[in-house]
Amino acid sequence: MSSVAIGKEKGFGATFWDYLTTVDHKKLGNMYFFAGLLFFAIAGLEALMIRIQLMVPNNDFVSAGFYNELLTMHGTTMLFLAAMPLLFGFMNAIVPLQIGARDVAFPFLNSLGFWLFFLGAIFLHLSFFMGGAPDAGWTSYASLSLYSPGHGIDFYVLGLQISGAGTLISGINFIVTIVTMRAPGMTFMRMPLFTWTTLITSALIVFAFPALTVALFFMLADRMFGSNFFDHTMGGNTVIWEHLFWIFGHPEVYILILPAFGLFSEIIPVFARKRLFGYSSMVFATILIGFLGFMVWAHHMFTTGLGPTANAIFAVSTMAIAVPTGMKVFNWILTIWGGSIKVTVPMIYALGFIPSFVAGGVTGVMQAVAPLDYQLHDSYFIVAHFHYVIVGGIILAIFGAAHFYWPIMFNRALNEKLGFVVFWLFFIGFHMTFFIQHFLGLMGMPRRVFTYQADQGWDLFNFISSIGALLMGVGVILLVVNMFLSIKSKPLNTRDYWNDGRTLEWAIKTPVPFYNFKQTPLVRGYDPYWIEKSEGNKEGMTFAEPIGEIHMPNGSILPLVMSIGLFIASFGALYHPDGVSWSIPVIILGLGITVASMIVRSFKDDLGFHVSKEEVIATEESLYGKGGNK
Amino acid sequence: MGHDTHVQEKSQVQYDYDRKHNAVHMRHQVVNFAIMIFFTFLAFAVVVADFSPYFIKPFILLLAGVQVVLQLYSFMHMGEKKAVHIGFINTFVWMGALIAFTIFLALLTIVWW
Repeated sequence: MSSVAIGKEKGFGATFWDYLTTVDHKKLGNMYFFAGLLFFAIAGLEALMIRIQLMVPNNDFVSAGFYNELLTMHGTTMLFLAAMPLLFGFMNAIVPLQIGARDVAFPFLNSLGFWLFFLGAIFLHLSFFMGGAPDAGWTSYASLSLYSPGHGIDFYVLGLQISGAGTLISGINFIVTIVTMRAPGMTFMRMPLFTWTTLITSALIVFAFPALTVALFFMLADRMFGSNFFDHTMGGNTVIWEHLFWIFGHPEVYILILPAFGLFSEIIPVFARKRLFGYSSMVFATILIGFLGFMVWAHHMFTTGLGPTANAIFAVSTMAIAVPTGMKVFNWILTIWGGSIKVTVPMIYALGFIPSFVAGGVTGVMQAVAPLDYQLHDSYFIVAHFHYVIVGGIILAIFGAAHFYWPIMFNRALNEKLGFVVFWLFFIGFHMTFFIQHFLGLMGMPRRVFTYQADQGWDLFNFISSIGALLMGVGVILLVVNMFLSIKSKPLNTRDYWNDGRTLEWAIKTPVPFYNFKQTPLVRGYDPYWIEKSEGNKEGMTFAEPIGEIHMPNGSILPLVMSIGLFIASFGALYHPDGVSWSIPVIILGLGITVASMIVRSFKDDLGFHVSKEEVIATEESLYGKGGNK
Repeated sequence: MGHDTHVQEKSQVQYDYDRKHNAVHMRHQVVNFAIMIFFTFLAFAVVVADFSPYFIKPFILLLAGVQVVLQLYSFMHMGEKKAVHIGFINTFVWMGALIAFTIFLALLTIVWW
């Protein structure tokens, strides 16, 4: 990409090629966002089919086998392929702007991370058309999945392995970006909360994902190459999978919720028009949650039979997490307290989030009580709990942040009225769906069943729950409509759309030029843009350097080629147990493509390109008119 | 990043110093690499030589421990106290070790299976 192209209309082919090769964090952020939205829609459709099946007793809308596939793919897709990329979308789009960087530390790796995630996700979803999706639940416990017929579980193992590698790469990338690329004056204790939570989340990814990688490799070897890690009849141990999965899986929950906390910590101070209450305690709580997240994995396994000592210790460590989480909730409330509150769409999502998430947290502490968990385990109470945390925490954060950051990401605003309609539909639908499931669980309805007998007192509650799910579906459709409508709306070409922006990303005029700030900003305190505004600075920021040459990375198609290589190799591994003759050659071909593109990358010097001072000024004028970004 | 490129000419003294510094570092790397290979050889050797398991097990674990330290401090450069962000790197490595060790300890002691 060259700056010369800025301001000129490009044809479809050129634009398409630009997106395939881009290493720009803003474009990759948008790609993550829309890929995540696509899989969110798919998983949402699966959820609707689940709820339609459970709407009335003895329903035969879907078969028992297909129901298992639906619930597995719903969980897997929502966690790995919807929530994570949506959050990565915001991290990519916002974090480099928040710390005043030109791009992430490793733009090439950023692109590689996206394409690995995307092709892994596509691979997993091909299972629907190629002999059946995985059907052992998103946790895929070995005692079930080893004996699952067909290739469903193989798709799960290979697809998650590829997209997991992409996630790991992105995690490393964000750690390095945040540690090394902050603008002058942006000390650790001046970093916005979203940047902080991104840093901690990335650390969790780096520490937790290797456990999943190991577990998936064991499963791969067991299913495809005849080893016996999890087969107890051959001296293996099926519980090892549960340990490995949850050593990864519990931190994974925090990988998802911490960025959501960060997003709300950005939204609330802007619309309460008040500095975030207890900033340093928020940072401390984030770190503590991240650390404790590794010490509690066995609370998913209370009924496995670990013994009373283990159960007691893990129960106490689980309850301990409520303390830093509670600190955060009180800090948000005290930020709002006494503020001059503007109830906009992002703010109403934040206001809805606090009670919903607290409700999910309270049931979480209930389950931490090991003896009580024996009652609650595998019932709809659990389903209600984690949907309260995930929908009431992460999804509300994503929707709220979509409205909040839409002006920065797309230079358009989402419609406010429609935004409120979507919020209320979704919020009411969400509570209608899941609140009542607590009671279904207490009445004894087990989770992961494809139907139930009539007259057990579950009929009405299940019906209400399904109606709520339909309301949520309507809400999401309207949200997507709102996004499409915004394409037609007028470009904003402004900075600080909400008028009360506090952090660096609001100091830059939209559309954001490909090099971000034309001069690296100078950060003079916490909430740097607020400081500049309150001192009457009309230029947005004080800058740390004169306008000069800007060094930017070149785009590359290699990340896509590398990912396609792994994608091809996966098909070889998938069909290997069938004894087909072409499996090994396909594995070699695929890995060959990947390794060859790695060699090309290593031996070809790519030093990026320089944007001259004149080109910077010309770009600014073409974007903002005469005089540039003032 | 966004500056006109600075070109700095090295003085002869600086050049000589860098050269000597690099030579010393290279020697360290080679010596440590040789030690690593030798330890691996020893580990195989004691097994092939058919010593008692009561000797082999602690001996191999000891070698592994030394290799971990060499790996971290020599090949992963944690020994370079003045490197950029060394504090951060140290925090991460030790935090990872702490988490891994806690999980290991829990699996060994309180978790039955």
